[in-house]
Amino acid sequence: MSDAPLTKDSAANPPPADALVVLDSVNKHFGALHVLRDINLTITRGEVVVVIGPSGSGKSTLCRAINRLETIDSGTITIDGAPLPAEGRELARLRSDVGMVFQSFNLFAHKTVLQNVTLGPLKVRRQNKAEVEARARTLLDRVGVGNQADKYPAQLSGGQQQRVAIARALAMEPKVMLFDEPTSALDPEMINEVLEVMRQLAREGMTMVVVTHEMGFARSAANRVVFMADGRIVEEAEPHQFFDNPRSDRAKDFLSKILQH
Amino acid sequence: MLDFSFLDLDEYDLFGAFWMTVQLTVASAIGSLIWGTVLAAMRVSPVPVMRAFGTLYINIVRNIPLTIVIVACAQVLAFRLEITLGAGPDIDDRNFRLAVLGLVAYTSTFVCEALRSGINTVPVGQAEAARALGLNFTQVLRLVVLPQAYRSVVAPLANVLIALTKNTTVAMAIGVAEAAFLMNEMIENEARPLEIGVLFAAGFILLTLPSGLLLGRLARKLAVKR
Repeated sequence: MSDAPLTKDSAANPPPADALVVLDSVNKHFGALHVLRDINLTITRGEVVVVIGPSGSGKSTLCRAINRLETIDSGTITIDGAPLPAEGRELARLRSDVGMVFQSFNLFAHKTVLQNVTLGPLKVRRQNKAEVEARARTLLDRVGVGNQADKYPAQLSGGQQQRVAIARALAMEPKVMLFDEPTSALDPEMINEVLEVMRQLAREGMTMVVVTHEMGFARSAANRVVFMADGRIVEEAEPHQFFDNPRSDRAKDFLSKILQH
Repeated sequence: MLDFSFLDLDEYDLFGAFWMTVQLTVASAIGSLIWGTVLAAMRVSPVPVMRAFGTLYINIVRNIPLTIVIVACAQVLAFRLEITLGAGPDIDDRNFRLAVLGLVAYTSTFVCEALRSGINTVPVGQAEAARALGLNFTQVLRLVVLPQAYRSVVAPLANVLIALTKNTTVAMAIGVAEAAFLMNEMIENEARPLEIGVLFAAGFILLTLPSGLLLGRLARKLAVKR
C-alpha cells in the first residue's frame, strides 16, 4: 500500500444534496509550510466527523478554516450552499451559524457564566433578554453546570468551563459545531464529562466536526473518521473500519503508536 | 523657618485657583479617555488607513512639547481661524476650552498607548471566541477586548492622570487662572518663593495622592482573574 491519498475526488463525485459543509481543493500555507494540501471534504447534515492525526498535520487549521478564523490561499469552502464570505457583516452572520469550541475554552474572563452564554444571542441575534436568559439556563442545566451560572470562568474547573463553552456555542442555535481539540487542555478525570456532553449532542443529531485525540470518542460517536497527515487527508472511513482495518501505511503507523500501550 | 503670614485668602483666591485646576483635570481626563480609546481602536483596526492615521497622530502629537500644543491651540485656532469652540465672547471661558482641547490632544496619546498595551494583555483566544459567535469588529472590541484591557491598565492610567493634573499648569501659558497662574502672581507680589512653592506643591500632592491611591486599589479590585 502506498501513502497516496485514498480520499474520494470531489470533482468526480458531486457533493450529496444534504451537504452542509463542503471544502473543495482547499490549500493553505504558513510561510513555506504547506499546512493544507488540496483538501476535499464534504460534511452532510447530522453527520459527526472526527478528524484525527499527528500533531502538525493541519487538523486544527482545517477546523478553524471552516469559520474563517484562518484564511485559505485557494479553493472554496461552502456552508449550507453559500460560499464563505470575506471579512465584514456577511462573515459575521455566517459565523453566528457555526458554533466553535476551543482547546483553551476562551470563555470571556470578565463575564459571568450566564453572561458568556447570553452575549451572542443578545448582541448578534438581538433576541429578547428574558427569553435568552431562560434558554441559557436550560442549556447550562443540560450540560450540567446550571448551578454555576453566576460564577466567573476562573472559578470553574476546566471541564466545567469547557461545558459552558459548549453551551455558549449552542445558544446561537448553530447549524454545525466545530470542536478544536476540546479535551486536550483538560485533566484526565474531566475529559469524560465533556465527551459525554458531546456524545449527547451527537445523538440529538447535531452536525459536528471534532478534532481530537480521543480515540474512544471517535469509535463510539463518529459517523466518519478523517485521518490527516502532513496537510493531507490520507484516509476517510467509518470508525470501525478505520480502527480495525486501516488502509494506508501512515494510518497504520499512527494507530500502532497510540493504541498499543 | 517658613512664614505664611503673608497669606491672605481674601486677596488670593487659592481655592478658586485649585478649583480651576480640578476642572481642567476632570474635563481633560474625560476627553482624553474618550479620544484615547478611539485612537487605540484605530491602531488595532483592520483598516490600514485608520491604523496609519492613529500611528501618525500619536507619533506627532506625543513628541511635541505640551506648551507648544496648547499655545498652538490658542494662536492658530482662536486667533487665526477664530474657532472659539462655542465659548462666546468670554475670554476666560474660551481660554479654558482651548486649554482642555490642547490637554486632550496631548494626553490622549498616552492614554492610547497605555490602552494598546492593555489590549495586548488580553489573550487572542478571547477575540477569536467573540468573532466565532458572530460579533463584528466594534462589538468584539467594545464588549470583550476593551473591558478587559481597561482593567489591566488602571494603574498606568493613574500615572497618566497624575501627569495630566500637573500638566494643567501649562494652561497658564494662555492665561487660564489655575493654580500655577496664581502661584506666579503671588511670587511676584510677595517675594516669598520658598513658602509659596511649598504651598502649591502641597496643594498638588493633596490633589494627586488620593486619586493615585484610590486608583491603585481599584486596579487590584478590577483585575481580571484568569
